[in-house]
Amino acid sequence: MIPASFDYLAPTSVADALSALAEAGDDVEVLAGGQSLLPILRMRLNAPDKVIDLGRIKELQGVSEDGDHVVIGAMTTYADVLASDLVRQHAGLLTDAIAEVADPQIRHRGTVGGALVHADPAGDVGAPALALDTEFVITGSGGERTVAAGDFFQDLFETAVGEGELLTAIRIPKHTGWGHRYEKFVRVSHQWSIVAVAATVRVDGGTIAEARIGLTNMGSTPLRATAVEQALVGKAATDEAVRDACAAAADGTNPPSDLNGDSDYRKHLATVLTRRAVLAAAGG
Amino acid sequence: MTVTEERTGTPEIGNRRLRKEDQRLITGRTRWTDNIILPGMLHAAMVRSPHAHAMVTGIDTEAARKAPGVVAVVTGADVKDGQGAVANAWPITADQKAPAHLPIVLDHVACAGEIVAVVVARTAAQARDAAELVDVDYDELPAVLDAKEAVDDAVLAHPDLGTNKSALWRLDSADQGSGGDVDEEIDKARAEGIVIEREIRQQRLIPSFMEPRSTVVDPTGEQITVWTSTQVPHILRFLIAATTGIPESKVRVIAPDVGGGFGGKLQTTAEEFATLAVARLVGKPVKYTETRSESLVSGHHGRDQYQKLTLAATKDGTVTALKVDLIANLGAYVGLVGGGVPVLGAWMYNAIYKFRAYRFTVQTVLTNTTWVDAYRGAGRPEATFAIERLMDDLAAEVGVDPLQIREQNWIRNDEFPFTSVAGMTYDSGNYEVATARAVELFDYEGLRREQSERRERKDPVQLGIGVSTFTEMCGLAPSRVLGALNYGAGGWEHASVRMLATGKVEVITGTSPHGQGHETAWSQIAADRLGVPFEDIEVLHGDTQIAPRGLDTYGSRSLVVGGEAVVRAADKVVEKAKVVAAHLLEASADDLEFSNGRFTVRGTDNGIGITEIATAQFTSHNLPAGFEPGIDADATFDPDDFSFPHGTHLCAVEVDTETGQTTMRKYVCVDDVGQIINPLIVEGQVHGGLLQGIAQALWEEAVFDDQGTLVTGSFVDYTLPTAADTISFVTENTTSPSTTNTLGTKGVGEAGSIASTPAVVNAVVDALRPLGVTDVQMPCTPKRVWKAIQSAGSVSDAATIDSAQPHFDPGAPNQDAPDTGTSTNGAGQ
Amino acid sequence: MTRISVTVDGVDYSDEVEPRTLLVHYLREQLGKTGTVVGCDTSNCGACTVHLDGRSVKSCNVLAVQADGHDVTTIEGLATNGELHPMQQAFHECHALQCGYCTPGMIMQAIDVLNDNPNPSEQEIRVGLEGNLCRCTGYHNIVKAVQQAAGAGAATGSSAGTTSGSTLGGEPV
Repeated sequence: MIPASFDYLAPTSVADALSALAEAGDDVEVLAGGQSLLPILRMRLNAPDKVIDLGRIKELQGVSEDGDHVVIGAMTTYADVLASDLVRQHAGLLTDAIAEVADPQIRHRGTVGGALVHADPAGDVGAPALALDTEFVITGSGGERTVAAGDFFQDLFETAVGEGELLTAIRIPKHTGWGHRYEKFVRVSHQWSIVAVAATVRVDGGTIAEARIGLTNMGSTPLRATAVEQALVGKAATDEAVRDACAAAADGTNPPSDLNGDSDYRKHLATVLTRRAVLAAAGG
Repeated sequence: MTVTEERTGTPEIGNRRLRKEDQRLITGRTRWTDNIILPGMLHAAMVRSPHAHAMVTGIDTEAARKAPGVVAVVTGADVKDGQGAVANAWPITADQKAPAHLPIVLDHVACAGEIVAVVVARTAAQARDAAELVDVDYDELPAVLDAKEAVDDAVLAHPDLGTNKSALWRLDSADQGSGGDVDEEIDKARAEGIVIEREIRQQRLIPSFMEPRSTVVDPTGEQITVWTSTQVPHILRFLIAATTGIPESKVRVIAPDVGGGFGGKLQTTAEEFATLAVARLVGKPVKYTETRSESLVSGHHGRDQYQKLTLAATKDGTVTALKVDLIANLGAYVGLVGGGVPVLGAWMYNAIYKFRAYRFTVQTVLTNTTWVDAYRGAGRPEATFAIERLMDDLAAEVGVDPLQIREQNWIRNDEFPFTSVAGMTYDSGNYEVATARAVELFDYEGLRREQSERRERKDPVQLGIGVSTFTEMCGLAPSRVLGALNYGAGGWEHASVRMLATGKVEVITGTSPHGQGHETAWSQIAADRLGVPFEDIEVLHGDTQIAPRGLDTYGSRSLVVGGEAVVRAADKVVEKAKVVAAHLLEASADDLEFSNGRFTVRGTDNGIGITEIATAQFTSHNLPAGFEPGIDADATFDPDDFSFPHGTHLCAVEVDTETGQTTMRKYVCVDDVGQIINPLIVEGQVHGGLLQGIAQALWEEAVFDDQGTLVTGSFVDYTLPTAADTISFVTENTTSPSTTNTLGTKGVGEAGSIASTPAVVNAVVDALRPLGVTDVQMPCTPKRVWKAIQSAGSVSDAATIDSAQPHFDPGAPNQDAPDTGTSTNGAGQ
Repeated sequence: MTRISVTVDGVDYSDEVEPRTLLVHYLREQLGKTGTVVGCDTSNCGACTVHLDGRSVKSCNVLAVQADGHDVTTIEGLATNGELHPMQQAFHECHALQCGYCTPGMIMQAIDVLNDNPNPSEQEIRVGLEGNLCRCTGYHNIVKAVQQAAGAGAATGSSAGTTSGSTLGGEPV
């Protein structure tokens, strides 16, 4: 319950944070909202020499609009994203998903960027980010680079953010007018997702014109159910039509087996939850 | 007869008094053990075995001793003489095998989490830092984890015992003359009636009190003072003396504010004894507070039984016999009550029913898992679950409503007092009235109607209705019964009433509350008996120096035994005061009557208040000749028998057949807990018990992997329900006063947790019966329910997978390998 | 050691802390604010909930150094001039506590729920409390207490923490 000792730095700009990171050596952890890192440190599962806290960097906080994109600073808390009309209006799927993250206290501290870089496959932000074709802005000593959603999540707890780099923002293409639903399945409410499905669809005259679907905890990274997305196009937004298209939701996935369910059960859940998410999203 | 100055005579008993305890608890003005700071106090951290079964071959403490702030690093060898032992108070048989349970192991580790060394340092952080530096060498041994495997003795939990079997205990109605021969009845039923055979798994649970255990030991001064988060300060004091050799008179144990127990703090623990040992060694006060992870692995667990059941009935559903064969996993050691837990269930399998024959057999076994002991209900929930599940199955077999099968078999109100087939005499009860009221509150018919509609339209969400009509024996316990069972102590309880000169009253109780509201309820009892205002009474408890006699709080005993002691002490005060009153009123004691705190001379206005007499005995200026100053009084109450609360619980759940998810829809219970002192407190006890029982049915299970590591070792994986997972309950009471104490009270602390588990599982199974499902193993997780539906007809156990998902995994690349170049922006979910 | 300045329950403190010190340990051990308690090590139980700049946080999941320059309200800072906060009063009247160990965190979170939504439904209350475990009450009377406090207008002016235009919380208090 008491972390091992560490040195603490709280830079106030991205530039300072990057220099601190460059100077820190190997044994460093970057502290965002701290809602996963602090339990790790408390239980001494990790004991870094240095912790660099991004919490004092104002430029990493906040939601803004940039043309066709909504831009969310990496250090924006879940609570602030939840409260954002911009996000609700143009990327409602993310609002839906964040409302399901952990509990209110965690949402007051936890940050969207922190969660994405932590890359827990059971976390609730990855799948909607993937489904919304989010671009990830990564900053290093050489400047900024942008990584497409499909390239960001590399493996269990592993992302495209490289040594000496920070995720500084995400850019979400506006999905204005799209229906959305995050179907999270848990046994008790404060659990990580056993399986969750993020679905956002554009319905045109009762027919699904476009669909985007992300899967939570169906593999070592968040996954995109592209086959289902394609199968849904042109389908009526009815139970029967959607049911068929969603039957393949778990194809090609390799979900974990653990206390909460084995792989087969998770695959089954994915098909049920995908259908429910799509129907709810299509129904507005 | 006129009584002047009549006080407002509203009785306190039965009044919904708001709790006295609340003020300090809602403002943070609390005194938890971990809050205590003493001059010169040091802090302890435990080095615990990660292995379930191992020999310790070496402990290198050198680096830890040199670490900043470290005062001592203590191993078992350092305190070999005098560290005491963690004791078993109830050898259930004369030949019970119980391995020695040392606080700090000498060389043999029998379960993960055992203490191998204790680091004492100036701060808690320094102690923890140094504990990481203690290097322990282990030779791992094969571990036996499952109770059924343990019976075979193929792998031994304690090789030097030569067996895993601790004790075999039996109760047979034919042998003791309380009923017929079980085998005969079962044979008859096989030929011409109904026989139902089931095996039920009572999964292992963790009590999960909210306050982690904490102990502060101050060895300075003439007496050693131990503050500890316990339900049993008196028992701990006795066992410290009995096992360490410290004279009992040199030990003072204090249970300050204690944050829940549920049986989990009905124990004397390795941590308490280890802290005591190191504090004596260094001669300074030492504090140890466990983390939640330590608590989950090292505090005792509950349940963990396999129940093999055979129920015999006639074709029309009249039960004739029940045979129960248990295997109970005790874990690595026999705890304080230990093997007595399943035995406490022995008298409850026949529940509220009239069976002709009954036999109960339990084999207790030792394994390399966390020790198992009392958890809310202790033996009685397991029994109630078994019989109530069987009664539902019998109803399905006969083809009648589950309520009907119960009514057909239960003890009628006009049959009380009733001696059961197990040999217990039930004091009072009225199952008919409680059930009728529950049915009404529940809208039983309406929900049955909805159920058939859903079945008809093949709704993916099915409705299930579960019934549980329970009774329990509470008020541990008549000392003569405990003696007959070879329990190591009595079952009496003590109280004192002190009448202070200023008119205030102190009630001292030997019970040791940790959330039950004794300060309020005992004040109500004393206020009525003494006729003094509720506010003027202070209830003192939980300190062996203030309340020197007591047997503490567990087993729904505090009110029925301890409350009665308060009554008797108060009555003695009144008797003593009467002598003084007669003297001061210049009347004959026979002419006095006592009402609302005043003695009056019958037929006159002449009177005096009891608090005035308290002042008079303080000054002692004018007392009767030869009267020994003082009207304080003590009383010890030892009940003649148990009391038997009962109730009817009805539960409706919705089961999503596509996902297996169960959602609570409605829960109604009508409990008869005898005379109620404070309805508010009774409701609270029922609510909390209900959810703990529901949690066993749906959510909780302690799981070990095949190495004996506790997989559910944190609140991430040991899934307690939250507010969002449950519903508001409908609770009511009927009242059949107990005949075993003058207040007419019965216990209520365990009722909810005993009754609710079968109600919920019965509801889940009821929802799925048309799909061919006849059983779902607890906890009824979505996965298990879904698999049961998939394999409908056959009972699918859908075993829990013994691994947890690594959300806080040190091996995860972003977490402990920063050289991959990524940064971990820690963030919850 | 790092020097921090924190306002706790309306009093300004300036202290040296180790960076590893958790806010809850700073409150309990350095300031003696033992009303706030620790119930777990994984941030599941919520017993340590306090308000940081008017928003509920789990104080085991915040470093004391992160609270530098901020405003903390604990259970000990709720009652004013001897008068209980309406949420404390409601917990008392509805018998929403038994052992009382979860109570400080539960009350702090319950106030946050009403700050967010002064008129929540039963389900909204339940979901709002999902980060706080109670083992005694079955939550029944806790939910009732929050409903009662909502009726009594406990959301208004209930949080002492309203300093500096915080970037952490965008909700009006």
